Amino acid sequence: MPDLAISAAHEHEPTFGDYVALLKPRVMSLVVFTALVGLLVAPASLHAVEAVAAMLFIALGAGAAGALNMWYDADIDSVMRRTMNRPIPSGRVAPDEALAIGVGLSGLSVVMLGLATNMLAASFLAVTISFYVLIYTMWLKRRTPQNIVIGGAAGAFPPMIGWIAATGSISLEACLMFALIFMWTPPHFWALALFMRSDYEDAGIPMLTVTHGRPVARRHILAYTLLLVPVSLWLALGPIGGPVSLAAAVVLNLMFVWGAVQICRRDETVAQCDGYAAEKAFFRASLFYLFLHFGAFLADAVVRQAL
Amino acid sequence: MSGIRATHELHARRLSRNLGVAVALAVFVAIVFALTVVKVKRGDPLQGFDHVVRPGMEVAGS
Repeated sequence: MPDLAISAAHEHEPTFGDYVALLKPRVMSLVVFTALVGLLVAPASLHAVEAVAAMLFIALGAGAAGALNMWYDADIDSVMRRTMNRPIPSGRVAPDEALAIGVGLSGLSVVMLGLATNMLAASFLAVTISFYVLIYTMWLKRRTPQNIVIGGAAGAFPPMIGWIAATGSISLEACLMFALIFMWTPPHFWALALFMRSDYEDAGIPMLTVTHGRPVARRHILAYTLLLVPVSLWLALGPIGGPVSLAAAVVLNLMFVWGAVQICRRDETVAQCDGYAAEKAFFRASLFYLFLHFGAFLADAVVRQAL
Repeated sequence: MSGIRATHELHARRLSRNLGVAVALAVFVAIVFALTVVKVKRGDPLQGFDHVVRPGMEVAGS
């Protein structure tokens, strides 16, 4: 009985791991990696301490945005199988606490990035957090099937912030890195929506698969994948590219377009028969696509330094 | 009758949280300190409370 009383009284007694989960560490890893590449391929360098601090505060800003997203979306997270074990819907973290952590870390990360690097980078981090929370989470996500197309901009800002942190200015290369992630986001999330089946529908989120049907979503995946190709090749042939980036762009785009064509050709009956194998493979490939693409930019930067 | 337990599962969770927050704060302090050292050693111009550069605040000969 005393045990039960204690448990009831301290239902929201989170561990440190619960706080970490609130910051969406997997999303954060992609943010950190792309921001790091943006910072390292820029034609200017920061002191190692400033670079480490910049990465840490960009990651913290991304985590803060994730916490605010979880706070606002707790109602729909509890309905979807993919998200029902997140800290708030599972009762491990109280919503008010998540809000306080999100707001506090947002302010801290922006101010500290400004002090560590420059105010333009800090402004872009503030815009990124605001865009993700206000434009994507609060406005677009529950209203339009274009939610992840426009909202994808939030995930595309990190390499640009890394670049600005190093150089103090915006350039074409930074914009192209933004464009690469922006064009990559829709096929990535629509592939997920295809094999998560009724999750988004149950939660009332107007994903393209729900509002326009799965065949339309399949065609959109192919269209955005094709639009991604010129951006990828432009970057590979530009100042931050090189032989490694070009080889990676050719191979990765061929694989990605081939996967999108496969998805476009299939219908629901075929997909259900093999348990959405092609859609799941495309989703996994999309993660490799981005990591390897940015890894190739980094490799070319190392080669340029060595020569 | 169950015996008195020195620690409840609740205490383990609190310990985890407190240690995590302590480490995070220590890392934050270390980063601010390291950043300060780097910027001062590089001789970045000193700024006033309003972030405006104040050459008059520089110590002569430094």
